[in-house]
Amino acid sequence: MTHSEEPRPVTVIPPDKEKIKKLWKVAGILGIITAIEFGVAFLVPHEFQTTRVWLFIAMTIIKAAYIVGEFMHLRHEAKVLIWAILIPLIFVVWLLIALVYEGMAISDLRF
Amino acid sequence: MASTPSSVQAPGRSVWDGGVSPMGVSYGKLMMWFFLLSDAFTFSALLITYGLVRSSHPGFEGVVEDFVFSQSYWPIPEKVYEAVPFIDTHLPLVFVGIMTFILIMSSVTMVLAVEAGHRMDRKSVEKWMLWTIVGGMTFLACQAWEWTHFIHGAHVGASVAEGTTFFGANLVQNQYGPPDFADFFFFITGFHGFHVFSGVCFNFLIYYNAITGVYDRRGHYEMVEKVGLYWHFVDLVWVFVFTFFYLV
Repeated sequence: MTHSEEPRPVTVIPPDKEKIKKLWKVAGILGIITAIEFGVAFLVPHEFQTTRVWLFIAMTIIKAAYIVGEFMHLRHEAKVLIWAILIPLIFVVWLLIALVYEGMAISDLRF
Repeated sequence: MASTPSSVQAPGRSVWDGGVSPMGVSYGKLMMWFFLLSDAFTFSALLITYGLVRSSHPGFEGVVEDFVFSQSYWPIPEKVYEAVPFIDTHLPLVFVGIMTFILIMSSVTMVLAVEAGHRMDRKSVEKWMLWTIVGGMTFLACQAWEWTHFIHGAHVGASVAEGTTFFGANLVQNQYGPPDFADFFFFITGFHGFHVFSGVCFNFLIYYNAITGVYDRRGHYEMVEKVGLYWHFVDLVWVFVFTFFYLV
């Protein structure tokens, strides 16, 4: 394929209303989850810190899944690409486990 | 858009023998994905280390209402980030919430630019890219304000070791808590902010190429998709920073 610089006729395809509606729906979901996070931050008292943290983590993961799956389109890519991106994230899980373990050891020592 | 030539179906040949894209994306897009994966490792390392260092400092034990800044325990984040420009009152996390909203919106306009690119619709690509750039620059402006506020300090300083009062923050000491607290603030939000800055630069480049008709001549708008991936990733990182730095 050559990169010719002569102008070629460009055909503009009309927008697919259904597809665009779906993108705005995802945006709405992200906005609502952020609003719920705010609700939890202000309505759930600090005494329930563990509950708060787990709620925040759950909602963050849902938001991340929507951004990566729909906005970055990963959900609709070939299976082998999905796994090529997701499987290496096991290293993040490993670091998380290692440093939480380390953190508990430090806490035992200091407090 | 991988087309599958008939030779692939020949006996003894697989999709991995060349000539086709087994992952169904172009080289450039695939490399963008792997770059983002490596970037995800960097950000995870920063955030997980933040968790470790935070857990090795004592937390605040008393009632939240009685919280005061001290060098001897980690601050409660919502007590630190409670300022909003032009309003002289305590509104915890409101400004960060506005920033989050701005970044999510600019992610939406980006995905609409990508969608317009698929349809070769130059006018729409220009429109949505411009909104994305505006969103990114607004976010950067907000962050500049937040950093300025954080560095200069709020109404009251805090007493540090020598019995002097210290306002704001630098890398050595800060009024909010242990030195590590401000250090992580600067490194994590700074590293993310620099990603936003480079993202805005890339977006501007794409916008420029779109208005000068480069992609029309090329016959596709795939560059919008590649930079779009990067921009969504920046938004994704902010979702995690927002949770683990500001909310938890």
